[in-house]
Amino acid sequence: MEPDVARPMFDTDELVINMGPQHPATHGVLRIVLKLDGEKVVDADVVIGYLHRGVEKLSENRDWTQIVLLTDRLDYVASAAANLAYVETVEKLLSLEVPRRARYIRTILAELQRLASHLVWLGSHAMDIGAVTVFLYCLRERELILDLFEEYCGARLTYNSMRIGGLPQDLPPNWDKKVLQFCDIQMEKLVDYETLLTHNRIWLERTRNIGVISAADAVAVGLCGPPLRGSGVPRDVRKDEPYAAYAEMEFDVPVGANGDTYDRYLVRLEEMRQSVRIIRQALGGLPEGPVMSKVPRLIKPPAGETYHANESPKGEIGFFIASDGKSTSPYRLRVRPPSFCNLQALPRLVRGHLVADVIALIGTIDIVLGEVDR
Amino acid sequence: MIDLLVIPLIKIVIVLTGVLITVMYLVLLERKVQAWVQTRLGPMRVGPHGVLQPVADVLKLFVKEDITPVRADKSVFMLAPIIVLVPALVALAVIPFGDTVSIFGKPVPLYIADLNIGLLYVVAVASIGVYGIILAGWSSNSKYPLLGGLRSSAQLISYELAVTLTFVSVVLASGSLSMVDIITAQKTNGVWFAFVQPVALFIYTVAALAETNRAPFDLPEAEQELVAGFHTEYSGMRFALFFLAEYANMIVVSAIATTLFFGGWLRPFPNVTMLWFLDYVPSWMWFVVKTFLVLYLFLWIRATLPRYRYDQLMRIGWKLLIPLAIANIIVTAAVKVALSY
Amino acid sequence: MGQALAFYTLAAFILGFGVLVITARNTVHSIMFLVADFLFIAALYAFQGAPFVAVIQVVVYAGGIVVLYLFVVMLVDLKRPPEAHQDRRRRGRLGMVVSLVVLAELVAIAAYKYVSPGAGLPAARPLEPDNVAQVGMLLYTDYLVPFELASMLLLVAMVGAIVLARREL
Repeated sequence: MEPDVARPMFDTDELVINMGPQHPATHGVLRIVLKLDGEKVVDADVVIGYLHRGVEKLSENRDWTQIVLLTDRLDYVASAAANLAYVETVEKLLSLEVPRRARYIRTILAELQRLASHLVWLGSHAMDIGAVTVFLYCLRERELILDLFEEYCGARLTYNSMRIGGLPQDLPPNWDKKVLQFCDIQMEKLVDYETLLTHNRIWLERTRNIGVISAADAVAVGLCGPPLRGSGVPRDVRKDEPYAAYAEMEFDVPVGANGDTYDRYLVRLEEMRQSVRIIRQALGGLPEGPVMSKVPRLIKPPAGETYHANESPKGEIGFFIASDGKSTSPYRLRVRPPSFCNLQALPRLVRGHLVADVIALIGTIDIVLGEVDR
Repeated sequence: MIDLLVIPLIKIVIVLTGVLITVMYLVLLERKVQAWVQTRLGPMRVGPHGVLQPVADVLKLFVKEDITPVRADKSVFMLAPIIVLVPALVALAVIPFGDTVSIFGKPVPLYIADLNIGLLYVVAVASIGVYGIILAGWSSNSKYPLLGGLRSSAQLISYELAVTLTFVSVVLASGSLSMVDIITAQKTNGVWFAFVQPVALFIYTVAALAETNRAPFDLPEAEQELVAGFHTEYSGMRFALFFLAEYANMIVVSAIATTLFFGGWLRPFPNVTMLWFLDYVPSWMWFVVKTFLVLYLFLWIRATLPRYRYDQLMRIGWKLLIPLAIANIIVTAAVKVALSY
Repeated sequence: MGQALAFYTLAAFILGFGVLVITARNTVHSIMFLVADFLFIAALYAFQGAPFVAVIQVVVYAGGIVVLYLFVVMLVDLKRPPEAHQDRRRRGRLGMVVSLVVLAELVAIAAYKYVSPGAGLPAARPLEPDNVAQVGMLLYTDYLVPFELASMLLLVAMVGAIVLARREL
């Protein structure tokens, strides 16, 4: 039988279905318009903007210190990372030297934040694929991190934990011991998560060879953070352009081999181990001294513009700030949100996969809509 | 007259109430087991340690508004949950819950009916339940329920095949289709069929998980993907019927597993006279304990494993379980023929 | 007496549902009546002392084949009313031919029975209560060739269906 004779008989139409913005698995208010051929995804159109609050524009009317609060609301699962990126950018603009102790504590906070963010990611990713237990285990450990943050700065989610020129306060007494205790617990529990997932056949079948993206493609699309490293590109801002106290820390940058969902999972798990390693080093070598440098009451950076990037749990978060040198707020502030850049790869990742994989792939790029929409 | 009508009626009433209460508490047990695995407490508010939670749940479902979508096919929409539930309950008729006991000097066997074709009867009844699911999906007149209904019925039909094929190998081992005879055969052979037919047990366990839509095959309920599958449009008591049917089916497959593979109501080591003291436990207790252990396995698996994708699930059914089951039948038959010479 | 009563009640139900199957406007309703019909036929078999055939009736027809009907009906667009053929009398003529053929068959069977009563069937053996073994024995001894032929036929049909449904080979 001629194949093109048979085709019109059994041909199917493309089906367009809408996923989100209210869908249990889109991690917030993400909307995806899927074009399906049967169950296979032909194309995906990502629609964003449902959580747009105009953070960048708002910043033009806030003074420099108040903007730290706004950065909390970018990636609300990892506010300390955004805090750090912002204050460092302003410090760069001011050419301000930050005390060494403050830089160490910032590193600890950033790494705790990375752990918390990765725990939320691992939990929700696993739950999307049906492993509910992992989600509760992950949130249990995250709770401990939130307790640590609460003890340090009083907040559990939106920390406002950094100041331009240093930190709002020194560490509370015995906090470092609690963090070390937590590190031990975390290392132990990581083994639990791995027992449930890493060698689980179902997990392997759901994540291996799903959403493969080659190193060249990953760079071309502009992926950053763990998804980029999952494809085998050893790019980590902490290593390449060290900030805070990362230059003095010893840690490895894990990279994947195949660039599939499973590799991205392994990369993030290893990053959690490295984070614990960094926290232990930073606490061990924590220098004495002040945590705040001399900063004028009214911050007024000289005219000029600068860009500074950090490695947030989601990837490379950068701030571009232009100051006119006259007003007490930035002339223009622009965030380079890692979630936004990574989300752009989603249509490429899902093409050719099944609807059920779309769920796994939204999970694997680890987006937070607050950061995507700003 | 008494033998023909009254005693079976009493038995039916006892079995039905027993199963319905078990379903209620199975839901609680599931929530508790899940909670314990996940370092939570589970329901704690209604009654001490939440023991009255099922009562509250049932009350809640009773007073909920029963919504019928405007564009639904009303008669089919109302019928579908009943079609799902009835086969699950009717299948209980052939399951022997215990040895023959004497009540007021009258021997009463602890099953409703011992059919010569008991196993086939179970297969036949189970095959009817599929209709409820398809019809529920269709009559809702809504996109997701229809897709969910088609999916889960396809899943059910494929795995029913695997289950039926394992029945064949058990029948080859026992030489009878009657549930009572299968238990007796395990006594005379002196060994549970779990050890004679380990491959069949494995296939049965996997296929039973899939047939009852339990994790890791709970795709119809994959809320991340299809919202809620075929029962999306159902609410109140009608939704409860689906819920009831799911758990009743779990009990049925566990009871069948107990009967076919774990010696039914026989005590452990039925032929070892040294363990005579085990006989003081009534036979139906052994049955209940074994069934609950199988049920616990279901809950345990749900708390542990991620979920398969639809195509993977179909692949496992058709490319792994069914060929394996057929091979198992051939091997069993060959061994049986070889032994008879 | 009781036997006859049960038989005629069941037969009435079978015929009633049969009529409903062909009169129902909705295809899905029609299929449901068909299932009910099959269940009553199975009940009839059970009453006639053939539980095995009854169960197979349920498993194969009600549980297998009709489910596939339902699948087909659901995957095909139901909203469209049946298309009227250009030649309106064609359907009537077709119905006439089919019913004439069926009638002729029935007459032939009746005539044959009348001419040679009891021939064609071996004298009814007393049925054992457990007739599963009996059926199995017959299938694999006396009727082995037809049985195997039927299975070959089904296999060929299955292969054919797969070949047709696959887009590319």
